[in-house]
Amino acid sequence: MKAVSIVTGTALPLDRADVDTDQIIPSDWLKRVERTGFEKGLFSEWRDDRDFVLNQEQYAAANILVAGVNFGTGSSREHAVWAIQQYGFEAVVSPRFADIFRNNCTKNGLVPVTVSAEFNAALMQEVLGDPTLEITIDVERLTVEVPSIGLETSFPLASGTQQRFLEGLDDIGLTMRHLDAIEAYETKRPAWIPTS
Amino acid sequence: MSEPKTLSEKIWDRHVVSAGTDGEPDLLYVDLHLVHEVTSPQAFDGLRISGRKVRRPDLTVATEDHNVPTADIDKPIADEISRVQVETLRRNTSEFGVVNYPMGHAKQGIVHVIGPEQGLTQPGMTIVCGDSHTATHGAFGAIAFGIGTSEVEHVLATQTLLQARPGTMAITVDGELADGVTAKDVILAIIGRIGTGGGIGKIIEYRGEVIRSLTMEGRMTVCNMSIEGGAKAGLIAPDDTTFNYLEGREKSPVGAAWEAALDEWRRLPSDAEAAFDEYVTLDGSEIAAQVSWGTNPAQVMPLHGAIPTPDSFDDPAARDSAARALQYMGLAGGTPMREVPVDTVFIGSCTNSRIEDLRDAANVAAGRKVASGVRTLVVPGSGQVKEQAESEGLDKIFTAAGFDWREPGCSMCLAMNPDKLQPAERAASTSNRNFEGRQGRGGRTHLVSPAVAAATAIAGTFASPADLE
Ligand code: SF4
Repeated sequence: MKAVSIVTGTALPLDRADVDTDQIIPSDWLKRVERTGFEKGLFSEWRDDRDFVLNQEQYAAANILVAGVNFGTGSSREHAVWAIQQYGFEAVVSPRFADIFRNNCTKNGLVPVTVSAEFNAALMQEVLGDPTLEITIDVERLTVEVPSIGLETSFPLASGTQQRFLEGLDDIGLTMRHLDAIEAYETKRPAWIPTS
Repeated sequence: MSEPKTLSEKIWDRHVVSAGTDGEPDLLYVDLHLVHEVTSPQAFDGLRISGRKVRRPDLTVATEDHNVPTADIDKPIADEISRVQVETLRRNTSEFGVVNYPMGHAKQGIVHVIGPEQGLTQPGMTIVCGDSHTATHGAFGAIAFGIGTSEVEHVLATQTLLQARPGTMAITVDGELADGVTAKDVILAIIGRIGTGGGIGKIIEYRGEVIRSLTMEGRMTVCNMSIEGGAKAGLIAPDDTTFNYLEGREKSPVGAAWEAALDEWRRLPSDAEAAFDEYVTLDGSEIAAQVSWGTNPAQVMPLHGAIPTPDSFDDPAARDSAARALQYMGLAGGTPMREVPVDTVFIGSCTNSRIEDLRDAANVAAGRKVASGVRTLVVPGSGQVKEQAESEGLDKIFTAAGFDWREPGCSMCLAMNPDKLQPAERAASTSNRNFEGRQGRGGRTHLVSPAVAAATAIAGTFASPADLE
């Protein structure tokens, strides 16, 4: 994965709670065996509505997605993360992410920024009011800042995950360093555990 | 004495290959990796690009389920992209030496149905799959959860996963269920209570008299929908119901190994003094047959109630989301649910396509007729379920009543195959998700139990079996 340390840019306000991955990328798109080309599928059903925020010109340059609570619930489809990323977003801000979605973000270098409900609401209001508002997400300091209005907060990321973001490391390669431990574990597994 | 632990903590601890320090994830060993055609192609590709192998093909099982048609399965898949995806799985599994059960094979079926029925799912195991309903296997007292495609690749390559230790949540359903109330109603009521995000970051342990009294099929229905409450996984302590189900299954241990396994399994249940991070309790006797009215699985109501109005929600976000959902669903708040007509009834999915589900539905269908104009699909969860159902004559009962009896697969649960709702078409469905467009673009899904689905097909409007008397 590509290294990410700072994301600076403008935001797209997706002011809805409980956005599930079926909405982020509808199931028709899951039939593909490739890993690219998912940007056209992003929120494709909602994009039929001309007023949908993704269709609004003033947010066309946004690279940060500001979403409501429980973002990415439902299906485990990593295609949701690929679609968001390939559309041009580098970070997603929400008060709460679904577990699998969040994990999928960290495997692909899409920064999941978990903030308090209050901060999220404030940021959402500001972005709804000013599409040009510049936001900086710093993966090294784990902060979100909107300098022009003095809004700032921090967000959590386990230090290993943070390191992988900063250095763009490949998980499998890192795990392979534990090969001895994996082999040792395998010698102790009870014999009755089924095999295919 | 060692520290008291919950069931999930015991299983987790036994699978740590290398413990993460300072809040870092643990490296966890995976006992069984289930694979299907949708979330695996990019993972196999990744292996190929990096020159890696599948570390433990013997702990990996694949099946074709999401894309497969449920009619004319002797012909090639008509949808070109679906066919390529299924063929890609066949190519990948044969190249990497992984067992695959292809369309039409007696052991093919929905990935979460075939594991348990073959005895591959056993207490105390860690099971993963690139599919969020993997928690189904938790019914056996296993830690089972869904993963993304990058993680699928990681498990294929290393048989391990990096996972942060989840929190624990105890959901107790006490008392006794009223007549006609099923496992599906229990889990819908639970999700209605905790919301779609209530379980995020946690493993739920379901407990209490109601849960204990459920069959393995019922327990699988409950655990299946854990993800709908946001949970990492859901599980139930193994007991004699579990052991009786497992004894004699194809992959279950035999002889001395069975005794040794039983010994271990009996030690798995949560210690009496073990503490959970969060407790939720429901009174089983207060749970009624449920129907979802909105576009997420927490938007549920009793079948005999009236559809809520947005104004009845205090929280502004919930009000907003109710208004949006009602508009999408084409429903007016205040309408009694039993007056709402349906176009389609779908009985199937990894939530409710096992033999007991089909028996429940067939019981209601027997000697009755589907209301005119209602399209129905009965889709068994696997080749084995289909065979069992046919040997009991359930297919005859269904077809005599006018239900359409199909071949196994995911089918209209997510409409990746030809079984789809048309825009604005309304369905009573035994599946697990009522998201917008889940069963076909613009389609309107109401989640129900198999008994309610069958009764609804006969009445033409939402109904319980008792309403048909
Ligand atoms: S039946 Fe539905 S929920 Fe279950 S695995 Fe298939 S698509 Fe997913």
